[in-house]
Amino acid sequence: MVLGISFFVLFVALWSAVTFGGFVPKIFLADPLQMLNSGWVLLTQQDFGHDIFMTMWRVIGGFVIAAALALPLGVLMGAYKPIEAFFEPFVSFARYLPASAFIPLLILWAGIGEAQKLSVIFIGCFFQLVLMIAVTVGNTRRDLVEAAYTLGSSDSSLVRRVLIPGAAPEIAETLRMVLGWAWTYVIVAELIGASSGIGHMITDSQALLATDQIIFGIIVIGLIGLISDLLFKWGNRKLFPWAQLGR
Amino acid sequence: MMVTSKGAMLPTILQIRGLERRFGEVLALQATDLDVAENDFITILGPSGCGKSTLLRIVAGLDTQTAGTATLDGKRIAGPGADRGMVFQSYTLFPWLTVLENVCFGLRERGMPHQQQLEVAHAFLAKVGLKGFAGHFPKQLSGGMQQRTALARALANEPRMLLMDEPFGALDHQTRELMQELLQGIWEAQQKTVLFVTHDIDEAVFMGTRVVVMSARPGRIKLDRVVPLAHPRHYAMKTTPEFTALKAELTEAVRTEVLEAQRVSEASA
Repeated sequence: MVLGISFFVLFVALWSAVTFGGFVPKIFLADPLQMLNSGWVLLTQQDFGHDIFMTMWRVIGGFVIAAALALPLGVLMGAYKPIEAFFEPFVSFARYLPASAFIPLLILWAGIGEAQKLSVIFIGCFFQLVLMIAVTVGNTRRDLVEAAYTLGSSDSSLVRRVLIPGAAPEIAETLRMVLGWAWTYVIVAELIGASSGIGHMITDSQALLATDQIIFGIIVIGLIGLISDLLFKWGNRKLFPWAQLGR
Repeated sequence: MMVTSKGAMLPTILQIRGLERRFGEVLALQATDLDVAENDFITILGPSGCGKSTLLRIVAGLDTQTAGTATLDGKRIAGPGADRGMVFQSYTLFPWLTVLENVCFGLRERGMPHQQQLEVAHAFLAKVGLKGFAGHFPKQLSGGMQQRTALARALANEPRMLLMDEPFGALDHQTRELMQELLQGIWEAQQKTVLFVTHDIDEAVFMGTRVVVMSARPGRIKLDRVVPLAHPRHYAMKTTPEFTALKAELTEAVRTEVLEAQRVSEASA
């Protein structure tokens, strides 16, 4: 904890040194105070709060849709070999399709509205989630499966009572990781075609050479990411206390 | 009909005829016949890789024979079921369930009302000496305690047969001896038909009403002896002449097979 914070301090110190020391022109890199100041202006006068809200809404919306569909499909693929054989080749192919490359196509299909943003996040997250969940469920310890069968489990109760609970902590970890990727996709989508959101603010600031605003935007993204990550970790620990044992 | 060590005549419940298992080219189990009577405690000895676990797994329904039949109460075994409870060598408690929930697992599968599940589970946990550990997670228990829980979980389900695949194999010597006495006590108190695979000769004699020795690969039954020790058994019996005599005979038989297995593997290497 102390070490983690001390690196943040070091980072800001270095940043201050190169900016206040005049080693880097202000036009390329704003100093920390200027960044905070313009951040305050953004929040109080330019309704940046609304941008943050829109971006979070998109991330959560796209991610929840992707997760809600990926969970059942991933579990089924992990549990039943024929289902895996049917979907796995396509999903493996689809996950290498870069979500950002779909943006022009999605703008054509869905315009620059919310559906387009959600679609980018969905494409970016869904296929990855499906594969990782399928692998996690498929890796359930063989002897636990056998033990359940000798205790009278049917195939369906095996899925419900062994495969899903056994894989749950690792699935939750996967969700946490992929949520981080969703943040990348949303910003890319907003950079290209949007009228609101953190990414939109960053593109606008670029036109004005306002590096202070850009940096503020990036730091806000980082902070929200950090907070959601911590919340996820905390939730996982609360939900799966048994998975923390013997680590 | 078979004569048990207690002299009672009890019907055969498990009948194995010409059971064979091939893994590709390799013949793991060769045309094996075995009759198990009600309340028999049969220990199966043999060198590693002799197919003793394969035999047990086929009875459990976790593996399928390539020839022959295994019937329990006249019904052909096809797939696993709650009538054949199993305790594995590896620790197979569900790590996300507490000790109590683990023991309830099979009961819930049967649709037993929750309150009744808890009563049964608590009773069996008391039997294996784990009264105070109902709320623990498996990872908080020692290996011996985990295997006691696994035993309680299997017994609570009231299986027709209990199948045990080197259940104490991963435990240290002292713990293993205590586990043997515990299981012996439970078996004496409530008779149960048991198939018990081990490579420990002392364990095979002390636990079994009958000891079966299997030969090196391809595995088949080479020796079948009734254990001439009375019940209830006490660990001090391990030094009696009857115990020592049977142990000597079995040691010789197993040793021959181990040497044979070694010769075969060296010849093929």
